[in-house]
Amino acid sequence: MLICSDWMLSPRFTADVTSCPFPRPSQGDSSMADTGLLESLLRLLETVDDGTDSQDVAADLGVDHQVIVGAVKSLQALGEVISTEQKSSKHWELTGEGREIAEQGSHEARVFNAIPDEGLPQNELMKMPSGKVGFSKAMSNKWIRLDKAHEGGPRVFKTVETIEDTVRDKLQLVQKGQSAKLEDKEKNDLKKRKLLSEVTVKSYWITKGSSFSTTITKQETELTPEMIASGIWKEKTFKPYNFEAMGVAADCGHLHPLMKVRTQFRQIFLEMGFTEMPTNNFIESSFWNFDSLFQPQQHPARDQHDTFFISDPALAHEFPQDYLERVKKVHSEGGYGSQGYKYDWKIEEAQKNLLRTHTTAVSARMLYKLAQQKFTPVKYFSIDRVFRNETLDATHLAEFHQIEGVVADYGLTLGNLMGVLHQFFTKLGITKLRFKPAYNPYTEPSMEVFSYHEGLKKWVEVGNSGVFRPEMLLPMGLPEGVSVIAWGLSLERPTMIKYGINNIRELVGHKVNLQMVYDSPICRLDS
Amino acid sequence: MPTVSVKRDLLFEALGQKYTDEEFDELCFEFGLELDEITSEKEILSREQGDEKAEGASDVVLYKIDVPANRYDLLCLEGLVRGLQVFKEKLEAPRYKRRLVITEETASVRPHAVAAVLRNITFTQERYESFIELQEKLHQNICRKRTLVAIGTHDLDTISGPFTYTAKPPGDIRFKPLNQSKEYTAAELMSHYKTDSHLRHYLHIMENEPLYPIIYDSNGIVLSMPPIINGDHSKISLNTKNIFIECTATDLTKAKITLDMIVTMFSEYCDEPFTCVSSYTLCIELAYRTETLSGDFINKRVGINESAESIAQLLTRMCLRSEVSGEGDLIQVEIPPTRADVIHACDIMEDAAIAYGFNNIFRSTPRTYTVANQLPLNKLTELLRQDLAAAGFTEALTFALCSQEDIADKLRKNIVETRAVHISNPKTAEFQVVRTCLLPGLLKTLAANRKMPLPLKLFEISDVVLKDETKDVGARNNRRLCAVYYNKSPGFEVIHGLLDRVMQLLDVKPGRNQGYHIQAAEDSTFFPGRCAEIFSCGKSIGHLGVLHPDVISRFELTMPCSAIDIDIEPFL
Repeated sequence: MLICSDWMLSPRFTADVTSCPFPRPSQGDSSMADTGLLESLLRLLETVDDGTDSQDVAADLGVDHQVIVGAVKSLQALGEVISTEQKSSKHWELTGEGREIAEQGSHEARVFNAIPDEGLPQNELMKMPSGKVGFSKAMSNKWIRLDKAHEGGPRVFKTVETIEDTVRDKLQLVQKGQSAKLEDKEKNDLKKRKLLSEVTVKSYWITKGSSFSTTITKQETELTPEMIASGIWKEKTFKPYNFEAMGVAADCGHLHPLMKVRTQFRQIFLEMGFTEMPTNNFIESSFWNFDSLFQPQQHPARDQHDTFFISDPALAHEFPQDYLERVKKVHSEGGYGSQGYKYDWKIEEAQKNLLRTHTTAVSARMLYKLAQQKFTPVKYFSIDRVFRNETLDATHLAEFHQIEGVVADYGLTLGNLMGVLHQFFTKLGITKLRFKPAYNPYTEPSMEVFSYHEGLKKWVEVGNSGVFRPEMLLPMGLPEGVSVIAWGLSLERPTMIKYGINNIRELVGHKVNLQMVYDSPICRLDS
Repeated sequence: MPTVSVKRDLLFEALGQKYTDEEFDELCFEFGLELDEITSEKEILSREQGDEKAEGASDVVLYKIDVPANRYDLLCLEGLVRGLQVFKEKLEAPRYKRRLVITEETASVRPHAVAAVLRNITFTQERYESFIELQEKLHQNICRKRTLVAIGTHDLDTISGPFTYTAKPPGDIRFKPLNQSKEYTAAELMSHYKTDSHLRHYLHIMENEPLYPIIYDSNGIVLSMPPIINGDHSKISLNTKNIFIECTATDLTKAKITLDMIVTMFSEYCDEPFTCVSSYTLCIELAYRTETLSGDFINKRVGINESAESIAQLLTRMCLRSEVSGEGDLIQVEIPPTRADVIHACDIMEDAAIAYGFNNIFRSTPRTYTVANQLPLNKLTELLRQDLAAAGFTEALTFALCSQEDIADKLRKNIVETRAVHISNPKTAEFQVVRTCLLPGLLKTLAANRKMPLPLKLFEISDVVLKDETKDVGARNNRRLCAVYYNKSPGFEVIHGLLDRVMQLLDVKPGRNQGYHIQAAEDSTFFPGRCAEIFSCGKSIGHLGVLHPDVISRFELTMPCSAIDIDIEPFL
């Protein structure tokens, strides 16, 4: 009996490599049925135009049906030599007992034949293997009689001269494949006596294939250098590939998805003419992280709950002294057209070292540096780590990457900031933008950037932006007419959206799912 | 960003108009607010404490509105409505009047105090709740949890001036505090409130002071012991008609702003609206200030082209009464005491832009011409990353912060030798130090991915931080390349091969002097006899080798592992 399997689908080489997960052909062809049988099958097939059943082939060639099934599989592997169609049929088959009867006669016949003319004592008859069953059947057929009163015990005698063993005859008919000659009732009676059983057979209907031939050419698995050298490939046929199978995984390393997105953002800034800032300084003083940005010393962001402070080295010890004095003055007294915050500014607060909470600390250093030379317009960007001592959840970690862009030039307007943002986000594939007034201690005006999310059908925040306050820029020494516009966003959020990641821990940090890293596609932000 | 919770129907009644949620959201967006959530008390209770507790709670619709952190004038229903009504040109910005007397002030522990009186006020349940809520909001925000400013409000009809703000030893202070049935000394109160879920958060402000601030009336009745608690005697109720408000502070500016805020918000409910009558000892300011700026300034900064008259109109809509002065395009802008956030012309410029509508401003590209440059260190990093992945290693991205154990004990090192930067306020051990090497992160990545097929080959090129006294902050970043090979066999040759490849990429040839070479070294992180130091042009740049079995098991790994760790900055 043939169990139908999906060997047609995988692996890439059919028939002979069923256990190998990769489509490597095996060198030998061990399961190929012997060529003689295959050719006999093909010759047989040549004589029938509309095909034949594999069971008939088995009968004709006098071999077991399973052997023919093996041969059919081997031929299938050779290409289009034959074509096959699976079918199933029911047929009657003798049981073990049935075969015994077909050979030796029915139990009742055997009992009858064992009885000599002078009869046989019943207890002896019952000792025969067929005794019990044969006795009752022969009795009901009235072939024998029992003389209970016989001297020496009950004795059995024949009542007829000859008998016709119809059970054996019927079984022999079935054995010859002529079960059709029996009535259904007869077959069912024999089934009840467990002499016959009805079985379902899966077989093939075999017809000639498009490249039918009665000779077998052994198919090659793969092209070899020798075949190319000798040209023998021209005479060979090759086993078909299974194109449904997957290929072998490429042997390579992989870049991290967040870093792939970082590369793209870098690329966008470079395309827009922005110069990269040196952000390789995670440790920053409160002075550059807050004070220089005109963020007052009691601001909540400077709280222990929001910022990681450093115990060792606890304090920064070098500041541009003139500039520090100007910063102190603008905070505590105002100046440059400002009222200031009017509080007691303390150097001790400014000295406190911390893990920078934004890369804007670096922007402040860069703008201060710019102010120390003759002013030329600049466009700066950075993408690097920042740190917040915040409550952690599925989208927030204590460290993340901030993307920041800064433009400094004479006469930049709020409209210019919107224009730059429009160009920047267009490169990310985002064209529908709108702006919401917001508050940020070091920018005025400040705008939150929203983009229309086609999937969510609503406006979602995509970044923050603003114009740096004069109280930040003028103490640095930048010329009066110079405006500095800036914007920022996180790298993690667009990456999570791009790669469909819901928990930030699966993306960033050691709990990363490496399979995700292996499987992640290249990053094209605008598609 | 503070969130203000207001009843929707009351809000719409005050605004004199009903909005759909979308319309109101839109109005908020234009004005710079955010309609954060639409909910009800019932919904909040049921979410926080379960449906059972919420049974019977009010299902009046509440709007939770996010207010910018510098706009103390929008922290209550009254302020919000006034701001929006003026913005919609349905109301003129009110003028707040003041009368004040200043006398003595004696405290040393909490040096500043200001006070005011609201006369003939009419409370309703809602107004009363809003009044209490505003104080709490101010306490949490501008008052920095009462450290900078503490507010006390009193029924003026139960007390008589002049009032004295002084400071005394805690044992000498004795009074019946708010909602208590007997008198306590200040010292007793401090221990009494240790278990109070609300007040215990403020005790630390005074705890170790020898003198506690205290306010008495002329009859010696205690009004309050700031910043902890008011007296019970003068407590306000729904029926209170005249309110005495005092703010004590360590920051006078903040105290004034806080007081101005309460007074300006609630003077609306006085018989003579927007009038604050102050007849007592301390001081109150409701100072208006005038700024002059040009229309041209606004136009140039915003990127619009409006007449001075229309700019004055825009500003007036933002509660900044403005007039064209007649000299050129100069505009005179009056800054009310409610707008403490306006400290520079740029703040006025922003208000003009908001009133004009951010989204009505023409978006133009600046003409700034610049040439882009990459940071050489990042350029090198980007190029190396690509080629390390091509060499079969997968990129990891690990945290810069970690525990002391990660960089010391687990690597069999002494924490003192690591030159690590220590964090003073980590919430958990994961944030004790900044990493001094990339190896722990990679080993933790391996541990989290043990189910993946072997071998695992990982790399990272990123910054570590080391103490460095030559830097202004006493520490510097160092860009390092680290890679690990994790398999059933140590694979030293694989990691060594990676070093050869990296050096090939950096165009450094093998060799003792001008090239690179490795030589046997002892390092406690590595298995003895399986570690080498890497030299390039005669300078040590890192190590490679097979990790010590203790290191492997301390990172919860089970297989041999080899690693390389080098400084890439010498190759710039």
